[in-house]
Amino acid sequence: MGTKMQSPLARVRHMGSAKEGVNHWWWQRITALMLIPLSLWFVASVWMIVISGATYTELVSWLNGPISASLMLIFLGSIFLHLKLGLQVVIEDYVHTKWLKWSLIVLLLVLTILLFSISIYSVIAISLRG
Amino acid sequence: MSDNNRPLSPHLQVYRPQLTSVLSIFHRLSGITLATGAAMLACWLLTAAAGPEYYEWSRWFLSSWLGIGLLALWSWCLFYHLCNGIRHLFWDVGLGFSLKATYFSGITMLISSALLTGLSWGIGLSMYCLR
Repeated sequence: MGTKMQSPLARVRHMGSAKEGVNHWWWQRITALMLIPLSLWFVASVWMIVISGATYTELVSWLNGPISASLMLIFLGSIFLHLKLGLQVVIEDYVHTKWLKWSLIVLLLVLTILLFSISIYSVIAISLRG
Repeated sequence: MSDNNRPLSPHLQVYRPQLTSVLSIFHRLSGITLATGAAMLACWLLTAAAGPEYYEWSRWFLSSWLGIGLLALWSWCLFYHLCNGIRHLFWDVGLGFSLKATYFSGITMLISSALLTGLSWGIGLSMYCLR
C-alpha cells in the first residue's frame, strides 16, 4: 500500500481535498482587508444618508459622483463575495444532511448573484440618469 | 441533522461559556445578520434606481420602528464584525495568540464596537435634528 491514508476510490467520491480551500481562505481575507476602509466609508456616507433622513434628490446627487459610484461598486463586489464565502462555510459547518446542504449552497449562490446584479444595475442606472 | 449518525464535534452545550468562545460565536451570528443587511441594501438601491415614489417605500420602511430596530442591529453587527474581523486578521498572520492578548483584544474590540456604534448614531441623529 502507498503512504496515503485514503483509497483512490474515496478521493474520486469527493471525500478527499478539493484543493480549493486555500483559494477560498485567501478571497475571504482579501475582501476582509478591503472592507476595513470600505465599510468605514460606507458608514460615513450611505449610513449617514439613511439615518439623517436625506431626500431622494440628495441621495441621487451624491450617488451620481464618479468617486461615490465607483466606491459603491467596489464595496458591493467585496461584500457580496465576502458574504458568499462566509455563509457557505456556515452551511458546510452546521448542515450535515447532504441534500439539504447542497440545496442551501445552491440557494445561497443564486440569491447572491440576484442581489449582487440588482444592486450593481441600480448604482449604474442612477449614475447614467444623472 | 446528520444522515449517517456519526458523532459531531464540538459539543457546545458541555462547555462553560468563555469570553473567547462567545465572541467567536457572535462573529458568525453578526456575519449572518449582516448578510440580511446586504439584501436590504440591494432593495434600497433598487428603489432608488426605480424613482422617487419607490424610494419612499424604503424611507417609509427604514423609518418605521421595525426599520429603526433593524438599522440598530445591523450597525452594531457591522462594527462588531469589523472590529473582531481585524482581530482575526492579526491571528491570521500569527499575532496575539497568547491567552492574555486574546482576552485583551477581545475586550478592546467589544468596547470599540460599542463606541463606534454609539458615535455613528450620535452623528447621524444630530444631522437628522439639524435638517
